[in-house]
Amino acid sequence: MNPSPASSDAPAVLPARTYLNAPDTGLMSWANTRDHKRVGVMFLVSTTIAFFLGGVFALLIRLELLTPGPTIMDAMTYNRLFTLHGVVMIFLFMIPAIPSGFGNFLLPLMIGAKDVAFPKLNLLSFYLYLAGAAVAIYGLIYGGTDTGWTFYTPYSTTTATKVVPVLLGAFIIGFSSILTGLNFIVTTHTMRAPGLGWNRLPLFVWAIYATSIIQILATPVLGMSLLLVAVENAFGWGIFDPARGGDPVLFQHFFWFYSHPAVYIMILPAMAVISEVVCAFSRKNIFGYKAVAYSSLGIAFVGFFTWGHHLFVSGQSVVDAGIFGVLSMFVGIFTAIKVFNWTATLYRGSIAFKTPFAYFVGFLFFLVFGGMTGVALATLSLDVHWHDTYFVVAHFHFIMVGATVMGFLAALHYWLPKISGRMYPEGWGLVAAVMVVLGFNFTFIPQFLLGNEGMPRRYFSYPEHFWALNVASTAGASVLGFGLLIVLVYTLASLRWGPVAGPNPWNSRGFEWATPSPPPPENFDATPVYTSGPHEYDEQAVPQPQLPEPEPRHV
Amino acid sequence: MNELMRRMLWLPEQASEYARRVDGLHFFVISTTMIAAFGVFATAIWFFVRYRRRSDSDVTPVVHPRAIHEALFIGVPLALFLLWFAIGFPQYVSLTLPPPDAQDVFVQGKKWMWKFAYAGGPNSVDTLRVPADRPVRLLITSRDVIHSFYVPALRIKMDALPGRYTQTWFTADRPGRYEIFCAEYCGLGHSSMLGELVVMPQAEFDDWVAEQRRNVLAAAQDGGAAVQPVLGRAGVVDEGRRVAAEQGCLKCHSVDGSRHLGPTWTDLYLRQSKLKGGKTVVADEGYLTKSMMDPAADIVDGYQNVMPTYQGRMSPPEVAAIVEYIKSLRTPAVRSGPTEGPVYESIPRKQ
Repeated sequence: MNPSPASSDAPAVLPARTYLNAPDTGLMSWANTRDHKRVGVMFLVSTTIAFFLGGVFALLIRLELLTPGPTIMDAMTYNRLFTLHGVVMIFLFMIPAIPSGFGNFLLPLMIGAKDVAFPKLNLLSFYLYLAGAAVAIYGLIYGGTDTGWTFYTPYSTTTATKVVPVLLGAFIIGFSSILTGLNFIVTTHTMRAPGLGWNRLPLFVWAIYATSIIQILATPVLGMSLLLVAVENAFGWGIFDPARGGDPVLFQHFFWFYSHPAVYIMILPAMAVISEVVCAFSRKNIFGYKAVAYSSLGIAFVGFFTWGHHLFVSGQSVVDAGIFGVLSMFVGIFTAIKVFNWTATLYRGSIAFKTPFAYFVGFLFFLVFGGMTGVALATLSLDVHWHDTYFVVAHFHFIMVGATVMGFLAALHYWLPKISGRMYPEGWGLVAAVMVVLGFNFTFIPQFLLGNEGMPRRYFSYPEHFWALNVASTAGASVLGFGLLIVLVYTLASLRWGPVAGPNPWNSRGFEWATPSPPPPENFDATPVYTSGPHEYDEQAVPQPQLPEPEPRHV
Repeated sequence: MNELMRRMLWLPEQASEYARRVDGLHFFVISTTMIAAFGVFATAIWFFVRYRRRSDSDVTPVVHPRAIHEALFIGVPLALFLLWFAIGFPQYVSLTLPPPDAQDVFVQGKKWMWKFAYAGGPNSVDTLRVPADRPVRLLITSRDVIHSFYVPALRIKMDALPGRYTQTWFTADRPGRYEIFCAEYCGLGHSSMLGELVVMPQAEFDDWVAEQRRNVLAAAQDGGAAVQPVLGRAGVVDEGRRVAAEQGCLKCHSVDGSRHLGPTWTDLYLRQSKLKGGKTVVADEGYLTKSMMDPAADIVDGYQNVMPTYQGRMSPPEVAAIVEYIKSLRTPAVRSGPTEGPVYESIPRKQ
């Protein structure tokens, strides 16, 4: 099956019947929807709000660090702010944004299904997310949690601030994550359209599938450890607090057993997006399809055995440390495979430097630096110096903001016409992309140097010799923030006033473009039949008749 | 070359041979990272230009990798990473193997200060004095939550865990003063939990230890003597100031009228303060003493319950001396009434 080429003659018009207006446009029709596309859009809207909030908190943190002493707040407020920033960004934005947002919208479209396998669970997953977010934000604001998003014991079980509501919030969101993962795994296994074997799956689906595996296997461990902290905090049972007979380091093992794979929950979906974008904008088949697809599974697998690299200075045994160090480097290898294959994909391509491609370039840069510094951190003796300093902060922001947010923004621009049927302004898009990429560098490269110089994380005030680099970082953060604000403004504006895009404005061969944009509620008029792999650009697109099929078996 | 790279990367000075070796690996890692990244980006940019889109109806050939491509993609970075590891791991192992002749120093972290104790005395707070060119083993623990003992100039860091000892060691070879940080988040005073490492020539260090031991001995004899030397009022205040500094009180309580983590001590004596529950107390000797022994009992409104108890950690004379010191911190016109921000000129910090 090949998507039909865009017709360039007549001005495009929005299709009459889309998931946006059928069966209804009322609020209740959204609240009760079973449509994966509507659930995806609701996730996108709520995670974008969370991203905005987390970004505001980040800018406040940077403002406070503009001078060595107190600048605009006291130490307690600062400690609460970085906790807010971490929890909101990770649990409310990073983890759900691409898988639950774009994944929900696109996965069934890409595999030719009418919906996900469990539409009601899918909607439940969204409401669990909302409930968890509400509980967590309530806890953060009214309880004033000051533990950081890592909730290290025994600090978190002895602090005077309220920690339990945040833990419960994160616990509830965990269930949302598990349900989405479960849904995607079953959908990918059982609902692929005829002709779509595993070796024809779009790479987006492969990476989302790998993400889902991590979500299902790791999230329960997070839930368990958060509950244990809540129990110790609320009832005083000695689990982690040595004053009550517990083990303080045990929590770190539990926590990172989830939270390290969770990093791959955040980065794999971004890699998913990038694999699609690089093919679409270089009009080229992916170089090394199997290598890119299987390396996602490799990251998901090895990611479970690297958590100990967070404990190199916690008195862990040397043998453990060595093993965790080498295993962590394997993640770097799988990532390197992807980076080289994406770069090689450009070879003999036909490259259009549009906004999503600009974010791909930013992504590549940040992933290479973030990944290489990650391997450097796994080099044990260097980690002893860098551990818990701004070097680590800069490293994981290169991965999470640098790579994941670039992936998110690339996805937003690439699929905005698919979701809304309208285009964003290309000029503004490129301007904002340049600001975001430059601002990001100015924010976080100084932080690498701060870490080299020895500035520890989570410092409310700092000695004066760290001042200059902190000013540079804050200046960069303002450029980054401004760039993101531009994106937000023109995206909202183009939802209403953007030019109508037509079904396939990029001439992409991605399977999701085979239906009208925005798609009708049931995605396809008839179940599509796949006769070729994804990302194939070696011949002019020939619209192929879609064979009429009986109703899909899963309905 | 070492100096140039160190400055380019903003690394602190290197106070030990170990620090220089770690930096050597650091420079190697950062150089290979830069070369690899440059290679990827240069290739990508060449492709952007060479294969830019010329027509909207471009078609492209299907290019598949050969086995050798994927083998190179895996083999080259793997070899590089394992090389880094082969250098870094022995360095890390060496950190866990202190030489048998190392001098032991006990390090105790607590909110928010570092205490150092040498076998057979003396003790100190926030200042760690060590002899140069001699291995020093640190035995580290914590009284409350997890802290992390970090000396950037030595490139060492080790968590201070409550309820267990961890260890690390170093041989500082450049006399001087170096920063000590707490690297593990531990609450309100995390960023003020700073200390100083003083590396002294061996002879100077020996003199200092002897001096300190004499003082400790003299103090013990005084304490044991039947007749306490009668200190004048001024002597007690000075004693109180010393104890307050030693116990770390002044990390949270200011003596210049400014608000810090705890209420200021200036004009605290006999001040009426509103408590969290709404009650009002007068800060008399009883309240001040109780606040040191059971800080959580009566918290002044607007402050956090973060002060640790000092029960059993100060001798009764020391507690009394602190109370006397607080009583001495008064501005000429004492106001009574509800707690307010300082409306008077702060008295200059003495010393």
